[in-house]
Amino acid sequence: MITIQKYVRAQSLEEAWELNQSKRNRIIGGMLWLRLGSGSVNTAIDLSGLGLNTIEETDEEFSIGAMVSLRDLEMHEGLNSYSCGAVKNAVKDIVGVQFRNMATVGGSIWGRFGFSDVLTVFLALDTYVELYKGGIMSLEEFASMRADNDILVRIIVKKTPGKAVYTSMRNQRTDFPVLACAVSCLDGEYRLSVGARPARARVFRDEKGILAGGITEQSAKDFAQYAGKTVHTGSNMRGSAVYRSHLVKVLTERSLQELGGM
Amino acid sequence: MEIKLKLNGRAVTGSVDADTILLDFLRQKGCLSVKRGCDTSNCGLCTVLMDGKPILSCSMLAARADGHEIYTLEGLQEEAAEFTGFIADQGADQCGFCNPGFVMNTIALLRENPDPSDDEIRAFLAGNLCRCSGYEGQLRGIRTFLESRRA
Amino acid sequence: MEQKKHREYKAVNKSFRKKDSMQLLHGKPVYTADVTPDDALIVKILRSPHANAIVKSIKTDTAKKVPGVVDIYTWEDVPKNRFAIAGQTYPEMSPYDRLILDRHVRFAGDAVALIAAEDEKSALKAMRMIKVEYEVLDAVLDFRTALDNPALVHPEDDWFPPVQVGGDPKRNLVASDCEYHGDVDAILEDCDILLERTYHTKAFNQTMMETFTTYTSLDRYGRLHVISSTQIVFHTRRILSAALGIPKSKIRVEKPRIGGGFGAKQTAVCEVYPAFVTIKTGRPARITYTREEAQIAGSPRHEMEITVRLGAMNDGKIRAVDFYTLSNTGAYGEHGPTTVGLSAHKSLPLYTGGLEAHRFKFDVVYTNHQASGAYRGYGATQGIFAMESIVNELAEHLNMDPTVLRDKNMLKEGMLMPAYYGQIAEACALDRCMQHCREMFDWEHRYPVRDMGGGKVRAAGVAMAMQGSCIDFVDVGSATIKLSDDGTYNLIIGAADMGTGCDTILAQMAAECMDCDVDDIAVFGADTDVSPYDSGSYASSTTYITGKAVENACTELKKQICAIAAGMMEGEEEDVEFVKGGVRHIGSGQFISLQDISYKVQLGNSIPAVATASHSSPVSPPPYMVGMVEIELDKLTGQVEILDYMAVVDCGIPINPALARIQAEGGIVQGIGHTLFENVTYDEKGKPMESSFMQYKIPTRLDMGNLKVEFEHSYEPTGPFGAKSIGEIVINTPAPAIAHAIQRATGVWHRELPITPEMIAMSLVE
Repeated sequence: MITIQKYVRAQSLEEAWELNQSKRNRIIGGMLWLRLGSGSVNTAIDLSGLGLNTIEETDEEFSIGAMVSLRDLEMHEGLNSYSCGAVKNAVKDIVGVQFRNMATVGGSIWGRFGFSDVLTVFLALDTYVELYKGGIMSLEEFASMRADNDILVRIIVKKTPGKAVYTSMRNQRTDFPVLACAVSCLDGEYRLSVGARPARARVFRDEKGILAGGITEQSAKDFAQYAGKTVHTGSNMRGSAVYRSHLVKVLTERSLQELGGM
Repeated sequence: MEIKLKLNGRAVTGSVDADTILLDFLRQKGCLSVKRGCDTSNCGLCTVLMDGKPILSCSMLAARADGHEIYTLEGLQEEAAEFTGFIADQGADQCGFCNPGFVMNTIALLRENPDPSDDEIRAFLAGNLCRCSGYEGQLRGIRTFLESRRA
Repeated sequence: MEQKKHREYKAVNKSFRKKDSMQLLHGKPVYTADVTPDDALIVKILRSPHANAIVKSIKTDTAKKVPGVVDIYTWEDVPKNRFAIAGQTYPEMSPYDRLILDRHVRFAGDAVALIAAEDEKSALKAMRMIKVEYEVLDAVLDFRTALDNPALVHPEDDWFPPVQVGGDPKRNLVASDCEYHGDVDAILEDCDILLERTYHTKAFNQTMMETFTTYTSLDRYGRLHVISSTQIVFHTRRILSAALGIPKSKIRVEKPRIGGGFGAKQTAVCEVYPAFVTIKTGRPARITYTREEAQIAGSPRHEMEITVRLGAMNDGKIRAVDFYTLSNTGAYGEHGPTTVGLSAHKSLPLYTGGLEAHRFKFDVVYTNHQASGAYRGYGATQGIFAMESIVNELAEHLNMDPTVLRDKNMLKEGMLMPAYYGQIAEACALDRCMQHCREMFDWEHRYPVRDMGGGKVRAAGVAMAMQGSCIDFVDVGSATIKLSDDGTYNLIIGAADMGTGCDTILAQMAAECMDCDVDDIAVFGADTDVSPYDSGSYASSTTYITGKAVENACTELKKQICAIAAGMMEGEEEDVEFVKGGVRHIGSGQFISLQDISYKVQLGNSIPAVATASHSSPVSPPPYMVGMVEIELDKLTGQVEILDYMAVVDCGIPINPALARIQAEGGIVQGIGHTLFENVTYDEKGKPMESSFMQYKIPTRLDMGNLKVEFEHSYEPTGPFGAKSIGEIVINTPAPAIAHAIQRATGVWHRELPITPEMIAMSLVE
């Protein structure tokens, strides 16, 4: 486990940000991933006193504080109604209830982990992140950036009309996914988000217009074949690149069928 | 650093390092029901309730519990006794090392959902590993308890 | 079929709660770490990052200066006599190939140095400051290449086998043998069908929830007092004596409650380290393995590769089996020479019905993997995966219902088993188990493969299993029972309840004998200073062996009680009889209560009211089991969902049916894990990959479907109250049954475990 010299429950985002400018200090989310490291942290910066643990819903969007737990995401009726249960499906198999009570959405998104179900599902939605200094940017842009010393304050999910489906393949039910897959159609635009490739999740769009005529059995199959060729996969303990590419096709086709109401 | 928290209904203070984990702090305070089963937040043996929610005390800094309310099985003996006899009747306690975490999370389940289905029980307790019982006897015990309560 | 009658019991064959249930369920402090003082030195082990290396130099001086560090020990500080840490009866079949710390480290995780510190933080800090220079050697990382590999795991000259088992460390060979019955080659030649298949199983980890943990101190007489989470207090005493070079009389070993063992704690994995520290420093010491240490330096199953040649006729008669087992014992030989034997001895006899000849050849080899040890099933599990799979392959080849094929060939009660030491199956309900399971499972309707649409297929599989009930002519169980002063009893045992409930079932047997309530029997165990000798809890033997000792001790105690009572009535022993609650004079009907007798025991009495009996058995009656599984398999992702696992077990007369059922359910779920996702792999340098619960995935309650276990009784004449064993057999059916169901669903046989979704899906893509 990492060693920590000092613990500070930040009183303001400014205080947290200032502390976070030192490379030896770290913001702690749920601490589930961070604690597995073997390094040494000077000051652990805790954001739990800043009221970032709520999900606020308006007519236009969901504003999800960085310290909201995965369990809160799972249980939030509005978010799951909007996402057709995709958010719940993305988090419900993550270890256990106790774990999900601790893991934070901010930690999951900030970490941009390869295995992240959370990043995968939010990339399929019309999602933005709010950074303390960097302001608001799309999650897609954020996901492609490297971690810096800014602070993730909240995640914003716009209620763009549409539908989403989340599926994953796991060797054992509460394990990391071998592949995570979310598809959505928002305002007529199809998105495919693939995580656990095993590299971090990325969004793929229907650049060839395969789904332009809507989802049919054939177009779902064609898009799945396209995804199988386009999505870059790799190997790790949980699966080979070949198997993952196979799963990209299988999960994409099945998700599209579900999205199309088949 | 000094921390103050409510442990099993009583105010407790303690001096901890920044990286002391709650599990170790609780055992030092005599809450020996709290068990360590892994170091990767995977097994559920160290489950305690923090502000009423089940969490893994192995992954919680003691410092973070400052100002919060913690319950371990030592503080919930009566609530546990409502159903533990039904587990014992199945012989599903077995080695017992996972029992405190399992009992704590079952308490959390029953508070949130007083009449869960089998699938809801399995889903809620999925983070509580048990290598002895094969889980089926634990499920039978909870089910028998629920039936006795309905009767 | 009729089953043998047995009399109605009052205390056995009843489901009592375990005596410790409520303590355990309410989180009371009963385990090693809970019951031992906090002020012990913390012992940590610096482990080798290399699979095979020599410690060229090791610098500990800076590390020793870390505040809180008491001392650091290396290979230079420990005794030079080799020993074995396998919990086995002396002389052990396992080679003496260990030192407490060796200059030659033989797997990634092997102990290099011991750090003793006032607290864990200081110990870990010091660990990082020890400077070791290694000479890295070529490692043996594939057990198929171990024999006669130029890289030697044990090149040392003081390697010593207490029993000759065909080992030769200069060939990386721990044990080797060949045995046969009948002319296998001639019969195979004569068969219509000859199948030859090779099966591979991995070094699965027990993953008991409480890792290895031991506390040591010097007691008030200056003796080494060891409190450890162990299945084997007496063997541990002997092992420590050998390792530390101190007399056994100076050592006391006891166990509190144990947080699971499954065989892992049948090896003294961690006891020597704190014991050494206590001897060196005179101070209490404690070691508790991290989960990572338990994963990489524990005592898991032996990886085996088994090649079976099976000869059968077109009508399904199985006539001959030629069996070769290659077993990987890892870096040290614990349990290597013994586990391998069970691979054939506890699989082939299932087919005694038709089998005319068999041959069994084996080699057990060293590699630079983590040392293997004892895990529930102990070689039988590996052998049964091979044997049951090839029989299923034969059924498929013959297009015959695999349960019917088994009906034709299986062992039946009364048969002499040439492949099982020539013993006779006195109690065998295997045929009834099959019939019962077929009906319960609705085999007829679930065996045919059903397409559920969307790439999903439902299919079923079957397997049989057996095990033993002890190590015949070897295991010794003992029990002491004494009359307490309120007319209740104390039962003192040396067997180890590791959660299985043996304290309770032995008390049930004592209550049956003494015609009293189970609550009237207080059980104590196990402590080498107090308990009568017991080999320990392993080899499925506690019910069968120690149970019989309990029965015998009770008979003796009843005689003593009658003698005391006869004296009180001024009569002779033959004039009185032991009845419920006391002793009755046969002639006069005069009754004296146990309470009164127990007062008499303490007043002017010279007849002891305490009896000890020991028991050993010349036979090891097998329990039997049939398991059937229905799966839903996703042909596109390769995912296997267990829908129902049903099993029927013949463990003789179950002493506590609820506990027997839980044993079966727990064993089945472990078997499901081994079959579908628990994996053990090493990287190219020999570093273990599944070193935590994040990577070594055991089943959760979402992974195991619905279980249903029922029993078929048989009556074992040599067992206590007709009982045989239950603890191990239960892990043996899942792998072959699930592999069978997967083949039914996909048409592909998978002969290596685990059978992962990737293996299934990719086998269907090509």
